[in-house]
Amino acid sequence: MRNTLATQLIFDLSQPGRRGAVYPSSDVPDRPLDDLIPASRRAASAPALPELTEPEVIRHFVNLSTKNMSVDTHFYPLGSCTMKYNPKRHERLAGLQGIVDLHPYQSVEHSQGMLEILYTMQQMLAEIAGLPAVSLQPAAGAQGEFTALLTASAYFRDLGETRTRVLFPNSAHGTNPASAALAGFECVQLKSTAQGFIDLDELRAALDHRTAVFMVTNPNTLGMFERDIPQVAKMVHDAGGLVYIDGANMNAICGVTRPGDFGGDMMHYNVHKTFTGPHGAGGPGSGPIAVRDFLGDYLPGPIVVRNELPADGAKGAPVKFRYDLMMPSKSIGRVRSFFGNVGILVRGYCYLRTLGAAGVRGMSENAVLNANYLLAKLKDVLPVPQGDRCMHEFVASAKPIKDERGISAMDIAKRLLDYGFHAPTVYFPLVVPEAIMIEPTETESRETLDAFADAIRKILAEDPAYLHEAPHQTPVSRPDEVRAARTPVLKWEKAT
Amino acid sequence: MAYLYNTPQQQREMLQTIGVDSIDELFDQIPAGLRLGRPLDLPPALTEIELESHLRELGAKNGSPLQRVCFLGGGSYDHFIPAAVDAIASRSEFYTAYTPYQAEASQGTLQAFFEYQSLICQLTGMDVSNASLYEGGTAVSEAVFMAMRATDRHGKVVLLGSVHPEYREVCETYLRQINCELVVVPTPEGVADVAAVRKAVDDQTACLVIQQPNFFGCLEQTQELVAAAHAVGALAVVSFDPISLGLLSRPGEYGADIAVAEGQSLGTPMQYGGPYLGILTCRQEFVRKMPGRLIGETVDRAGRRCYVLNLQAREQHIRREKATSNICTNQGLMALRATVYLSLLGPAGLREAAELCTRKAHYAADRLTSVSGIELAFRAPFFKEFTLRCRHGADRVVAQAGAAGFDLGPGLARFRRAGLDAANEYLVVAVTEKRTRAEIDALVAALR
Ligand SMILES: Cc1ncc(COP(=O)(O)O)c(C=O)c1O
Repeated sequence: MRNTLATQLIFDLSQPGRRGAVYPSSDVPDRPLDDLIPASRRAASAPALPELTEPEVIRHFVNLSTKNMSVDTHFYPLGSCTMKYNPKRHERLAGLQGIVDLHPYQSVEHSQGMLEILYTMQQMLAEIAGLPAVSLQPAAGAQGEFTALLTASAYFRDLGETRTRVLFPNSAHGTNPASAALAGFECVQLKSTAQGFIDLDELRAALDHRTAVFMVTNPNTLGMFERDIPQVAKMVHDAGGLVYIDGANMNAICGVTRPGDFGGDMMHYNVHKTFTGPHGAGGPGSGPIAVRDFLGDYLPGPIVVRNELPADGAKGAPVKFRYDLMMPSKSIGRVRSFFGNVGILVRGYCYLRTLGAAGVRGMSENAVLNANYLLAKLKDVLPVPQGDRCMHEFVASAKPIKDERGISAMDIAKRLLDYGFHAPTVYFPLVVPEAIMIEPTETESRETLDAFADAIRKILAEDPAYLHEAPHQTPVSRPDEVRAARTPVLKWEKAT
Repeated sequence: MAYLYNTPQQQREMLQTIGVDSIDELFDQIPAGLRLGRPLDLPPALTEIELESHLRELGAKNGSPLQRVCFLGGGSYDHFIPAAVDAIASRSEFYTAYTPYQAEASQGTLQAFFEYQSLICQLTGMDVSNASLYEGGTAVSEAVFMAMRATDRHGKVVLLGSVHPEYREVCETYLRQINCELVVVPTPEGVADVAAVRKAVDDQTACLVIQQPNFFGCLEQTQELVAAAHAVGALAVVSFDPISLGLLSRPGEYGADIAVAEGQSLGTPMQYGGPYLGILTCRQEFVRKMPGRLIGETVDRAGRRCYVLNLQAREQHIRREKATSNICTNQGLMALRATVYLSLLGPAGLREAAELCTRKAHYAADRLTSVSGIELAFRAPFFKEFTLRCRHGADRVVAQAGAAGFDLGPGLARFRRAGLDAANEYLVVAVTEKRTRAEIDALVAALR
């Protein structure tokens, strides 16, 4: 049933003379191009792009799309990524006139509606974090980390302190060390306890006057809440450092506990995870940060501020506000051009406005319920070193199964595709051998979770040799990655 | 409650299976003292009907190009977006998927991004493109870091004063921590003075950052500038306007080592500044120094052509603090939009769009400068944008145009880093292929 003709490379579909877009002819007085732009600045010919009609382009990409798994088509329990349902209303509302087509340099007078959305978003994110100052600039979680670390450096610089180190547990996501290095810090990785928690002795030994920031994901990347976090925060603070909370796992705790209340000084959100920015085949995201008040002046801007307008006379008339853009007084500067990934922030806004306080808490409660249910359904066949409770996700280890029968986490992940399920995250976190990280999210039914658990049981009973060759039913089988890396082919080239 | 599927009955059964009495018990791991203990203070929940009217009301308070005429530029533009771009970008299979870690279940995404990389190489004449960065400003910063790695020069970067002031601010932010000197060559004439640039670069310089067309709209002498960088062993980093390449020489032709761009023009709506598309391309020899994801072609076990995430040893999930960048989530959907956009336009469409921008911008410049007190700020040739000098203040011109429904700008006074004296007299104007002669004439009439 596959249309293999349409899914050739777009370059193979090209025919000279075809086109998919036609522009009106010029309506301004004709002048020789040479008078407008000297020939020396122009290219001899237009770029050699492919030539296609609109229906061909549509058929090509629609057919390509059917080679994907996605949240709308499949259960997608990709741990740490919170692949929840993306409400369709968000697409319509983020596409409204005045929102989707608003220029970033539109005057403040003609952006009041947008600024109100963004201001309210700042307020809501501050409340959920328990941290009062918010910058919506960062484009994704990783940029949020980087931005917060720069904010921390600016703060220490002002205090006259030179702090050069960022600490994080070895269960940390790769972006934590990468962001710390980019921000010019020395990275210190700490061993976790056997259960995957922060090791207080390790931490104590590593903390000193060089410590700028301790970065930790909470709930951690094993899907467990770091119980000792108040003590951890106290130790870091006593050493003069700041605590950064990687908020990738906020889906577990919204409305239940807040980073600012358990000792965090700074955090990022992944709006594309917790608050349903669609993941867009890799992005875009949005990674706002929230920080304590004493760090607020260092945040990147612009930030939206609200001023009450003088009352217009009539008694009892509703208060009117004017929204403005502001650069914090000691700002580290911009971390990107323009305001932020507004299209994703608008979707997050719509989500939070749909849920309200009870809904936001219900979201986390059900995310945790679903994860614990799936854990209960699987733990007898799939070893879960952390035990039989989790927050919104859990990490199984295929190590015993691999030792005994040769079935790896990768084999299980690949075979799940045949059963019509997207694979969980595998081989992360690094502290769990043969890790299988499962995050069902709250937007899945028990029936789906049961079916997924059944599939895993069936897979584990299959012939290992068959599993090594999985998947068997996808459009292609396992790609030769060694060949891809040895002789990289990174673009199409015309056959000569 | 919104978006929850399990009925109370199912929830009870699930709790039973888990072996607890209540959902609350599941949160036992969180010490009681850390619990919030009150409802979050959030605005009340809205139904879809209520939310839609709320958003419509807010949207109506903003200026949309459907009601107002957009001559705004400075890195974000009101270009035409064919409906087919939206149709593909709203395919669930694309926009609700994530990073293609499982290649077998992501061939649609992987092939589309392989096509994206190929199209961007065709567009720029460069050897390799990655699969997207956040946006134009961070793309410049990532290019600068890449140049430092490639040249092993970490102490000095030279940037032209005509580069977008926000890109420059981003660079300053990114470089501040690492003691790298950022030297800015002033461009009071609207374009760089090549002799001044030659003096500014030296054998410690990692790269020279050029923007073409530059922030003021003017065309730089890229060939000479690139040569000046190469003469001291520095790399030439060029930030280009993708639409301009329908007409202008390509970065690959004039010797750019790393070419980056804000790709918003390629089919992504303006949406108040993001999400946009950071384009990053380079010459072949720097491929292993690149930030971000790269898609490569290979074969599967049956020998069928297929696509994978390639050269991942550069990335944070493998290399951690030694990675070439911290980027993880990128701007995939915008790269997909650009792929569809370029496939639809083809060489003829892109050329037409670029030529229309050029012709209309020049007509607009002619007409606007016929208004007394308004002149072109610079003499250099330009593409779709130009800078006006308004003797009675740019604010006045913007206000007068604004009252008649025309949006002009940005005025240079809004930038800390515009680098011109009397910045409040300068104003950037952008004219895309969507603007008509009637609109331009009406704008001019409003300013008389
Ligand atoms: C635990 C954790 N931290 C940080 C990140 C980085 O976030 P982003 O991909 O939005 O940059 C991720 C997501 O990929 C994550 O799972």
